[in-house]
Amino acid sequence: MDFISSIDWIGLLKCFVVGGLICVIGQILIDKTKLTPARILVVFVTAGAILGGLGIYKYLIDFAGAGATVPLTGFGANLAKGAIEGVKEQGILGAFIGGVKASSGGIAAAIFFGYIASLIAKPKIKKQ
Amino acid sequence: MDKIETNKEYLDYVDKKSPNSPILKNCFNAFWVGGLICSIGQIIMYLCKYNGLDEVSASTIVSISLIAISAFLTSINIFNKIGKFAGAGSLVPITGFANSIVSPAIEYKSEGYVMGVGGKMFTVAGPVLVYGISTSVIIGIITALII
Repeated sequence: MDFISSIDWIGLLKCFVVGGLICVIGQILIDKTKLTPARILVVFVTAGAILGGLGIYKYLIDFAGAGATVPLTGFGANLAKGAIEGVKEQGILGAFIGGVKASSGGIAAAIFFGYIASLIAKPKIKKQ
Repeated sequence: MDKIETNKEYLDYVDKKSPNSPILKNCFNAFWVGGLICSIGQIIMYLCKYNGLDEVSASTIVSISLIAISAFLTSINIFNKIGKFAGAGSLVPITGFANSIVSPAIEYKSEGYVMGVGGKMFTVAGPVLVYGISTSVIIGIITALII
């Protein structure tokens, strides 16, 4: 099949390793500090936005592709990238429009699929 | 037993007696599950590009697909099992963000569709959006001041 032969296996390996290592950082934070999962997610998205704003994160994306964009740091970096591009296009207004615009697909999907999932799933009855 | 006199000695004593948290094992599981989730994303990315989509659309489709998959796995109660095994491996990727929306939405269904599902959905995702979006606005404003 053409698609299989078009796969960049080295790229996939880099993606696996970098994505895995970002998760290991999260795991160390969970095990060594008393941060709750919610705080870990906030730390990752904020760190990603700052690294994205400083222009550092894009090197990681160039290197590892989805290994850098799929972790929540990538979500943060994407928000920052959108805000910067927004400012370049529309000035200060873009700071408010660009970030969410760039991440709107993920946000809308999470809300929509979350709602659909809640319609079909039955809540677990807690054991007393 | 030796007499414990200082706070430090007490902490050392507790450290020695408490079971070692299996941090290496946790990290190993987080590594390969997290890597695998990112690799699934990368394969979807290749598939999009193979079909002629540009970088930005492709990575949006990757996010949407992974979110849809993890919403589905959460609704049939499989994601929580993966989460228990992989820890940060399934939490840190966008799948964890999706799970953090879907999980409370299902759990609070009994409180109604407006304040239960609609309201509790953002228990964890809300803070993520607040800090992520606020940081991006600050970065945008700083950029506007520099250029």
